[in-house]
Amino acid sequence: MAATVTAPPAPPARHLLRARDHVDKHYADAALDVPALARQAHASPAHFSRCFRETFGETPHQYLQTRRIERAQELLRLSDLTVGEVCVAVGYRSLGSFSATFKRTVGVSPTVWRDQVRGEALVARIPSCFRREWQRPRAVPDTTR
Amino acid sequence: MPNLKVAILCAMVGDQDEALAWYTEKLGFEKRTDVDAGGWHWITVAPPGQNDFEISLIDPSVRPDIEPDVRSLMARGGLNGIIIQTDDCRAAYAELVAKGVEFTSEPEEVFYGIDCGFRDPFGNGFRLTQIADVPAPVPSS
Repeated sequence: MAATVTAPPAPPARHLLRARDHVDKHYADAALDVPALARQAHASPAHFSRCFRETFGETPHQYLQTRRIERAQELLRLSDLTVGEVCVAVGYRSLGSFSATFKRTVGVSPTVWRDQVRGEALVARIPSCFRREWQRPRAVPDTTR
Repeated sequence: MPNLKVAILCAMVGDQDEALAWYTEKLGFEKRTDVDAGGWHWITVAPPGQNDFEISLIDPSVRPDIEPDVRSLMARGGLNGIIIQTDDCRAAYAELVAKGVEFTSEPEEVFYGIDCGFRDPFGNGFRLTQIADVPAPVPSS
């Protein structure tokens, strides 16, 4: 029986990684959302979201949310900013939305989480680029679909 | 214990010619070796003045069995790890931006100095780091 030969899958387009990098760089911009990312990638939001999820295993909305929460955790752990200031610093317009997303993602409120991790400042000795990858929460339910 | 040191790092690239141009024209590295090995090339580059370390630019087609996986990882930003040191991160950042290098983050003060990130044309990630003379204190708990 002849072996079935399948062509290797094409590597994901570079523009998707650019979009992911754009989130990492501009997460603090409250105007940054999936339609804005899709426009930059010259794709419709639906097509862009589908391709992004196929490539990275999560939607761009989930990636943006988890990046913002990861940055919020970093500020709560290492800075003296208030929860409200952290909320604005990571790109949320509403404290209620920030707190709800934080609790849904992390399991506790920002204030409780800060109290829990205050004794873990030594983590600051890990290079920031690795902390960003390692600390980013992985499971935020996507409420945009 | 044996006397060991790192001499060559093999970096996967999407295209050897494009990679060589990028390393030499954008980063200012020198080409140290370019040997036609019969269908593929052994190419190494290194920063000027650094004589005990080279980066070998490897085309993943040398391993057809894993080439699609390597290319996919590269394109998804999954191959990172080269940290380049500079004595002035902000100046190097400005110079490389002007040359069209794609940065993933702007220079940021961190406990070990000043740091930012960029990618090669294939998606490989790099860090550009200026080491502080004295590391910042750990935030109080």
